[in-house]
Amino acid sequence: MKLKLKIWRQASKETQGALRTYELDGVEPDDSFLEMLDQLNQQLAATGEEPVAFDHDCREGICGMCSLVINGTPHSRVSGVTTCQTYMRHFRDGDTIVVEPFRAAAFPVIKDLVVDRSALDEIIAAGGYISVKTGHAQDANDLLISKEVVDLSMDAASCIGCGACIAACRNASAMLFIAAKTTHLGVLPQGDIEQPTRVLNMIRKADELGFGSCSNELVCEAVCPKGISVSNIARMNRTYLAAALASRKA
Amino acid sequence: MMKQYGKGALHIHTRKEMVDLVVADGHARGIVARDLISGEITSHEADVVVLATGGYSNVYYLSTNAMTSNCSAIWRAYRKGAWLANPSFAQIHPTCVPRTGRHQSKLTLMSESLRNDGRVWVPDQAGDKRPPEQIPEAERDYYLERIYPSFGNLVPRDVASRNAKAQCDAGKGVGGNGQAVYLDFREALERLGHQVVEEKYGNIFDMYRQITDENPYETPMKIYPAAHYTMGGLWVDYDLMSNIPGLFVLGEANFSDHGANRLGASALMQGLADGYFIAPYTIQNYLVEHHHDQFSSAQTSFRDDTQAAEHRYQSFISNRGENLSEQFHHQLGSVMWNHVGMERSAPGLRQAIADLQQLATDFQGQVRVPGRTNDLNEQLEKAARIEDFIALGELMARDALNREESCGAHFRVEYQTEEHEARRNDEQFACVSVWQNQEATVPLNLQEPLVFRAVTPQTRSYT
Ligand SMILES: Cc1cc2nc3c(=O)[nH]c(=O)nc-3n(C[C@H](O)[C@H](O)[C@H](O)COP(=O)(O)OP(=O)(O)OC[C@H]3O[C@@H](n4cnc5c(N)ncnc54)[C@H](O)[C@@H]3O)c2cc1C
Ligand code: FES
Repeated sequence: MKLKLKIWRQASKETQGALRTYELDGVEPDDSFLEMLDQLNQQLAATGEEPVAFDHDCREGICGMCSLVINGTPHSRVSGVTTCQTYMRHFRDGDTIVVEPFRAAAFPVIKDLVVDRSALDEIIAAGGYISVKTGHAQDANDLLISKEVVDLSMDAASCIGCGACIAACRNASAMLFIAAKTTHLGVLPQGDIEQPTRVLNMIRKADELGFGSCSNELVCEAVCPKGISVSNIARMNRTYLAAALASRKA
Repeated sequence: MMKQYGKGALHIHTRKEMVDLVVADGHARGIVARDLISGEITSHEADVVVLATGGYSNVYYLSTNAMTSNCSAIWRAYRKGAWLANPSFAQIHPTCVPRTGRHQSKLTLMSESLRNDGRVWVPDQAGDKRPPEQIPEAERDYYLERIYPSFGNLVPRDVASRNAKAQCDAGKGVGGNGQAVYLDFREALERLGHQVVEEKYGNIFDMYRQITDENPYETPMKIYPAAHYTMGGLWVDYDLMSNIPGLFVLGEANFSDHGANRLGASALMQGLADGYFIAPYTIQNYLVEHHHDQFSSAQTSFRDDTQAAEHRYQSFISNRGENLSEQFHHQLGSVMWNHVGMERSAPGLRQAIADLQQLATDFQGQVRVPGRTNDLNEQLEKAARIEDFIALGELMARDALNREESCGAHFRVEYQTEEHEARRNDEQFACVSVWQNQEATVPLNLQEPLVFRAVTPQTRSYT
């Protein structure tokens, strides 16, 4: 395949960026999108030009590092997959592909396609954990949890924290991310006790960090590579309301 | 951890990499780190250093590990005197998506659980290029079920991997490059129905479909072994402390729990055990005795190590070579896969040592690193890692050559039973093989004997 690539180049946080155009030949349909960029980088390095910086690690959709906006959509238009799981067979020979970084006020560009998503760490630190101390192992059947609850928690736990939901949202809202984390932890008995404060603190932290609020655009669910459902947001909102009222009374 | 971070009890340095261990008066005293965005080299003093930096399967170039997974932390510690134990014990996992293109950068693991219901087969006839649907039952060889009737498709990882390689070497491999075997769910789909299979394996099947564009509900999966886990690592005692006082090593980075062949699911268990139940207590014990220690040579060590790191990165950039580190990584991977992989032999290992020494020399002279040191520069990060990987690769080959027996994942063709099973030599090799770095000469091999009190090791047999 022969491609025309328009790629966002930006030397550093402080400088202005712009799209630059590159031609790339010899791409195979079974190459992944990132393997295509590897080839471009080999080509650039060979000609003395600086390779394009982009984030990646596991290259199998589980770590959440890859973060490209491909032809206007975070992780590309192929649904249910991350950038690293997007294969070139979804494009056609001769295509022009525009590649940009995730965009959100809370995700400043570090270089080229690499953005700083440590704001998500700050949200997790505000409540995305269970405070139970590890000690002795419990008897296996001490805490019975129904399969429905386990499935609900597991499905939410599949959030890899990539931030595509935020990059796609016109408010740059982190609600789907927070909802996934709070459902994952809060529907289980071990995480239930802290759930009201967890929800309150994580949402407040997100506000503080410049993430927007949710106006039910639902685009977050559409771009989520893990298919996290917006019904988690509704569940979280109920807890939030109750917790906010309770905290006002207290 | 994130809770403690939120409280300000700990700092997280994202996008920062440890590039050296600082040792003063024989004690671990801190690290030298490089900021991956600004390129700044900094040093950090501490009462103890804990490495939990993972395994080194990327020495094979293609592996199931994440792309930035690397050996530099443990290799730098080894260079500073920490012992490396059993470096050649590497696990090659049988159920991975085979390599397809020449630009392939990593391999994806398909869960082990698939072998519960999938049946592994190849065509009876070498070179049979018919699509699987057209190969009648009588012309298929379910070789694991045939060779190991009582274990069938559930033989251990090393046995499954080696047999897949043997079938492919005999020309029976399938797929475009003949480097794959089938994992077939037809029988399970008939027995259990689509819904049950989907509930059990749905997300793995989806992942397979995304990668290969083939539907495993309709056509057999193709799988091939891939480097996956390294049992070897830095030597530690029962407190998880290395031979350098104050240096603790946790998780896949140490050698401690898995012997020559890790069993499924036990790596995460080790992570939990090391991190929750052992290190918090043993590190406290160490601190009680040592937190007032003053080391006279600390200042010089920090200064020297920081300068050495700065010099190292600068010299990569100033090198006027021709080839990117990627090319060296490719070559390294091919030597390791061919000679220090699923099957090893004395001539192959000797060849590997010679090849890797040459590769190390070539790397020094010919590597080219674009960009600058004081910038986010993935090529520069990679160059340092590849240099360490090449050196570790040679030590792995040395260790494999030294161990004149087969055991677990280490299979020496010279030492096998008539059924092609591992032939152990417990008289000479019931030991941990420990390596100590020597700057000017070949490394020193020490042996820590393994004493079995309750049980005696037996030759395993799956036939
Ligand atoms: C695809 C896959 C599937 C697996 N499935 C299972 C399973 O089902 N069950 C099971 O038990 N095991 C499984 N394993 C094995 C298991 O996941 C690993 O052995 C385990 O995660 C290792 O944990 P760790 O904390 O020791 O190291 P890692 O999780 O590898 O963490 C090491 C960390 O150190 C960082 N690091 C490395 N070098 C440096 C440096 N110089 N400076 C700073 N940071 C550094 C790395 O970036 C990384 O974050 C699987 C492995 C893979 C690859
Ligand atoms: S690189 Fe890990 S999810 Fe894409």
